[in-house]
Amino acid sequence: MDFFAFLIDGLLIGFVYGIAAMGLTLIWGVMNVINLSHGAIITLGMFGVYLAFAELGLHPYLGIVLVGMAGLLTGMVIYAVAIHRVINAPHLSTLLATFAVNMIIIGIGTAYFTTNARNVDFSLGSVKAGPVNIQVTRLVAAAFSVAVTGSLYFFLYRTKYGKYIRAVSNNREAAELMGIPSAFILALSFGLGTMLAGIAGGMIATFFPFTILSGGTYEVKSFVIGVLGGIGNPLGALIGGILLGIFEGVMPYFTETSWVPVFEFGLFVAILLFRPQGLLGAKK
Amino acid sequence: MTTQGTDAKPQNELLNTLLDNFKIWTKKLSHPGLWITIVGVFILGYLPIADQSPEAAFANATARESTFTILMSIVLVSSLNILLGYTGYVSFGHIVFYGLGGYVGLYTIIEHQWPLWKAMAAGGAAAGVLALVLGSAILRLRGAYFALATIGINEAMRAFVSNYDPFGGAVGLSIHFRVYRETYGSYQDAFLVMYKAMLGLAIAAVVLSYLVKSSKFGLGLMAIREDEDASDIMGVIPYRSKIIAYMLSAILPGMVGVVFFFKASTIEPAAAFKLHTSIEWLVMIMLGGFGTIMGPVLGAYGYQNLRTILLTSEFFKNIQLAVAGLMLLGIILFIPAGLIGWLRRHISFTRRVLT
Amino acid sequence: MRTFVKLLSLAIIAAFVLGAVATFPAKTHAQSERTITIGFTASQTGKYNVESTRQINGINLWIEQINGAGGITLSNGTVLKFETKFYDDESSTDRVQELYTRLVTQDGADFLISPYSSGLTDASALIAEQYGVVMLTAGAASDSTYQKGFTLVYQTYTPASRYLTGAVDLLAATDPDASRIAIVHENDKFSTDVANALNSYAEDLGYEIVLFEGYDSGTTDFAPFINKIEAADPDAILGGGHFQDGSTFARQLYEKDAGANMIALLVAPPEPTFAELGDAALGVVGPSQWEPLAQIDASKAEELGIEFYGPSSQEFTAAYMEMYDEEPSYHAAGGYMAGLLIQKAIEDADSTDTDDVAEALDNLDILTFFGRNSFDTSDDNHGLQVGHSMMYVQWQADGDELVKQIVFPFEAASAETVYPIGSE
Repeated sequence: MDFFAFLIDGLLIGFVYGIAAMGLTLIWGVMNVINLSHGAIITLGMFGVYLAFAELGLHPYLGIVLVGMAGLLTGMVIYAVAIHRVINAPHLSTLLATFAVNMIIIGIGTAYFTTNARNVDFSLGSVKAGPVNIQVTRLVAAAFSVAVTGSLYFFLYRTKYGKYIRAVSNNREAAELMGIPSAFILALSFGLGTMLAGIAGGMIATFFPFTILSGGTYEVKSFVIGVLGGIGNPLGALIGGILLGIFEGVMPYFTETSWVPVFEFGLFVAILLFRPQGLLGAKK
Repeated sequence: MTTQGTDAKPQNELLNTLLDNFKIWTKKLSHPGLWITIVGVFILGYLPIADQSPEAAFANATARESTFTILMSIVLVSSLNILLGYTGYVSFGHIVFYGLGGYVGLYTIIEHQWPLWKAMAAGGAAAGVLALVLGSAILRLRGAYFALATIGINEAMRAFVSNYDPFGGAVGLSIHFRVYRETYGSYQDAFLVMYKAMLGLAIAAVVLSYLVKSSKFGLGLMAIREDEDASDIMGVIPYRSKIIAYMLSAILPGMVGVVFFFKASTIEPAAAFKLHTSIEWLVMIMLGGFGTIMGPVLGAYGYQNLRTILLTSEFFKNIQLAVAGLMLLGIILFIPAGLIGWLRRHISFTRRVLT
Repeated sequence: MRTFVKLLSLAIIAAFVLGAVATFPAKTHAQSERTITIGFTASQTGKYNVESTRQINGINLWIEQINGAGGITLSNGTVLKFETKFYDDESSTDRVQELYTRLVTQDGADFLISPYSSGLTDASALIAEQYGVVMLTAGAASDSTYQKGFTLVYQTYTPASRYLTGAVDLLAATDPDASRIAIVHENDKFSTDVANALNSYAEDLGYEIVLFEGYDSGTTDFAPFINKIEAADPDAILGGGHFQDGSTFARQLYEKDAGANMIALLVAPPEPTFAELGDAALGVVGPSQWEPLAQIDASKAEELGIEFYGPSSQEFTAAYMEMYDEEPSYHAAGGYMAGLLIQKAIEDADSTDTDDVAEALDNLDILTFFGRNSFDTSDDNHGLQVGHSMMYVQWQADGDELVKQIVFPFEAASAETVYPIGSE
């Protein structure tokens, strides 16, 4: 078996995992909320790109940009409606509030789209690198992921609002005392997280068929990656995503594929136990 | 209340301590809230099986089925509440105990022809042991990290069972129809046994959660919920208490798993370890009021009835999930203490009755 | 003005009288009319949505036709009309028994049709047995369901153990040199049953199983499997699971150019919407319970020496297309067939009594548009479908269009197999 093929495939899908996890970990890091609507929002991203492509005839990559912008707004609305009121309540409240949002999105989505599989019938062909056959859509997605991560870092470190977000993340009370409008910043952070989830969903839609229920898988993977890369660490999320992608890609080389999740989640629990700050170290 | 140094004390002092303890416990056990709940659950469970004539049994069949679902939820949710409500530890993947219990129980029934009660004991024991082992590891984690670990464990367990041949791997286990007839006469009779077992478990869950809550041990748990570090200084040993609470919250769900999958006659990994169901349990606790005795009972009753109505109504059945989500959101945002918590806070006399 | 009012009142009276005349006879003519309720649950919101929706369409078409034809008249003059009652089971075992109990005891269902998946069927069949109601299964192909000692459960479809074995026969007939088979299947009850039966069948024929792996139901990334397949270098890739994962698998096999000569997957390829995959669908083979192109009619029944019952394949297809404006898939035909079996059994029994109908089903051996139908009546396999067999379709190019052709069994074939895949 060609080990290289397993490695490349895992690596490329890992970039997309990374973006999905980045959305989760950003929200978690800034406002200490585990967003259980994450998977549903990833699904919305998939359907956004699908509708833009199938109904409006737009290029899927243009669709992803639109989905990103819509995601930012959607996220801010979700924050204002469902989360702001319970932001200081115990964990369970925010968990269940976001879970309720998840139910609403999936419920309406199922009624409207049914659970039929959708397929963005779009291909950029594939390139041959030695013995390995690589889909161009996956290469583009990987490059796009790097660009998104770069832009996020630019935003967080070079712009006013980005600095506000980091300030609120470090110490919300202190930031408020400094005159930072924390409610708006929290909403913005949630919007950014939603945007990233939507973009990840959109990218996935360019190479995998999906249904309204597909987001759940990526949500659970995002948890794993978040812990792997360290909570609240966007670059950690990207690297964690790549690590998980490689792990999933390479493990089948050594064992039966159906055993992979056993090791994957076993490792996840082990990391939580022995290195809860993540392999790469969390911010806090 | 410890037995340390008793031999140094005079006889009557020991007797007095015992008597005091007895008085405290009779006072605790005479709390109206406990009895209201027990009687309520009993009536709820008894009504559909009160009249055993064939006509009534037929007419009440649907009520029996839906009550079975409610009773089952009461056990699961009250058990989870011992961990979640008292210690504040959010266990997302609590369904792992239900699933494992179901598998162990069905395995003993199929492979060793064990009767239901023995299989239930096995399922409960398996769940308890799993909780002990897991708990010793993951209860070192706090807050969200613990919650995520429970998800990871459930997923790992599901993947493992899908590959584990003695449990049938991906195909799962299945009970021959003959088993019900040979052991119980007919499936109807077998179902009645299961139903009564579930009713018994529901009452046991209520009593257990009350006993824990009103004991010194329970106070320790609630101290952990309020401030774990402070509780440590105050002499509660959080780590050990949490493990015991985790075990107590796991055993009954393990037994419920046996009864449910015995009733369904079949178990598959996807049905046994369904994360979504696990989150529904949290929802029920929140509806009723977490950390209370009645809350989980009412939450289970209200939630399952609502689901039945939404699922079977012509109007709502397409968007039942969205409607349930909206209601949940409303409750989280505006009545975060749940029904019981809200009543206790706003109507003072209910504090004496509701618990 | 006055005349207008008069005219209006006259018109109203006339309308009433006409209305009464139009509605009354139907109610008074028949000595007694009974409405028979067919109860079932369907996966409206779960993962088997595609398969399940088509099945409901099929059942509804049958209801429409039987009632349109005046129902069934028993020898005692009772006219039977039919209606359906169904709930959403969310593809989950949690409430399926409760819903079936509700169907039988509250909605008065006289006959039941199973949920789509085998696990759900096992649980709901207990309710059918408990209340003595006949259940026809559509979907629920696992053989194990019929080995559990049920007496009132009858299978419409060819069971899982014979789902993909024909694909091996097809391979043997098309390419005698082929010797290596890779099996990659969904890790659920039905697909695993199919794969295990396939595995032993192929081994008995002397094939080498170079890869035997299961994938999780939610799998979207098949790259690791495809890499393994490439390394194993099989002549044929067999397996799959349900619609979603099957179409994803097919798409990635195509994109990664996995390089086998034959690909045969469960459930997904026979669905008309599989064509949405475009080029990735080309050449993919799939087992089908029924196809619109299949020529099954009375002349064939004569050959077999059994009765032909119900519409011909063409008639069914035409009626379905008229009602739903889409081509029927085998799931649609299966739903219709379940209804047709109930109809035939009631006619044979001349009764709706469970014991009589069950006896009629036990003795049934007929040919319909769907194929031959008869049931195992032994204690160990009661209700297992023994008459029906699969056919195999392949998506082929016809100019720019993709068309689904029957390629096996050869006597029913509408086109030659394109082999190796992509050689067209």
